Amino acid sequence: MAFRNPSSFLNPLMFFVISISLFPIAISPDTETLMYIAPGIIWVITMLSVLLSLNSLFHYDFDNGVLEQIVISHHSLSLVLLAKTAAHWILSGLPIILISPLLGTALFLDSKSIYILILTLCLATPCLSLIGTIGASLVVSIKNSGMLLSLLILPLYIPILIFATSAVSQSQFNLPINGQLYFLGSILIFSLISAPFISAVALRISME
Amino acid sequence: MSKLTVNDLSCQRGYNLLFENLSFNLKPGEILRISGSNGSGKTSLIKIIAGLSSAESGSIDYGSYKVNTEKYQLETLYLGHYAALSPELSCIENLKYLTNLSTKIVAPNFINALEKVGLRNYENELAGKLSAGQKRRVALSLLFISQCKVWLLDEPFTSLDSDGVKIIENQIEKHCLKGGLCILTTHQDCNITNLREISL
Repeated sequence: MAFRNPSSFLNPLMFFVISISLFPIAISPDTETLMYIAPGIIWVITMLSVLLSLNSLFHYDFDNGVLEQIVISHHSLSLVLLAKTAAHWILSGLPIILISPLLGTALFLDSKSIYILILTLCLATPCLSLIGTIGASLVVSIKNSGMLLSLLILPLYIPILIFATSAVSQSQFNLPINGQLYFLGSILIFSLISAPFISAVALRISME
Repeated sequence: MSKLTVNDLSCQRGYNLLFENLSFNLKPGEILRISGSNGSGKTSLIKIIAGLSSAESGSIDYGSYKVNTEKYQLETLYLGHYAALSPELSCIENLKYLTNLSTKIVAPNFINALEKVGLRNYENELAGKLSAGQKRRVALSLLFISQCKVWLLDEPFTSLDSDGVKIIENQIEKHCLKGGLCILTTHQDCNITNLREISL
């Protein structure tokens, strides 16, 4: 479906690439500086671009009535939502993971840090999609809810941001990063188990 | 054959009490038309029966199945105000998706259903490129596929031409002759025999 309407997944990806490539121009092309701020930049922009794509997750289905059919389907709503979240991750998280080595190199990250960056992205972008689905299902019936969605979701993204960026920047100084990775892993498992159920309840409430 | 029982239903939206203590039975083969002015709660009632919204009080059963259970949902087909078509999918892909969501039929004949509603050769057309009436026809072609016993149709005739209305009326009558039951709301006159009517 996304390939018939490519702007739905290309827009967030383009936003990701363009805004990251603006940083060296705006701040300084100096290797040291960029290396130091690279994990933070990449992670913040990742979050924002996932947030950008969350808006459209349910809106079209809500507007044309497909969401009603999903809610009253005999299939388990949480399973359908898990599938939708997986599709969202494939279209928003996965392209970012695939393109991040390129942008990491552009920001002078060394190969080990890039490896850790990809690892944290693999662990945490599914969390972004899962937690984002909860927010998207809460605000689906509200028009122009982008701001509200950000307010709801960004605080829940903060722990992921902290652990992910500190993992990448500590690895630059050869410090142990097991703790951060374990935390990211546990957030992933926790959100994988609970988020589809919470989104299902939220969606039923907002469809009333 | 089970019957649909609506018992003591009340519905409130905001500060407005739309209806109160509404009770009726619908036996197999019966068609019920809900009439009422704009905003009188027709859509709310159909949505409550479909399990989309909850009522203030009261209960809905189909035979021994309660509303919002898997078995109940397998027996009901709800078509709302919107045609429920994704513009990026072709007619046949949309129908496949919708039948997967609403029923458990294996290998239904979509092309035949589209032909019945006068959309022959439209199977691969993207739904986004169809006119409002054609979209409505695609959605209503589900009536030729579905094996659900209870049909809940909210304004099924909007944007249909007179031929389209006739096709759908015939299909509703056929469905009820086979022991199905149907609840519909419409502002248009319909030529369906033995139509029961309640007004809100």
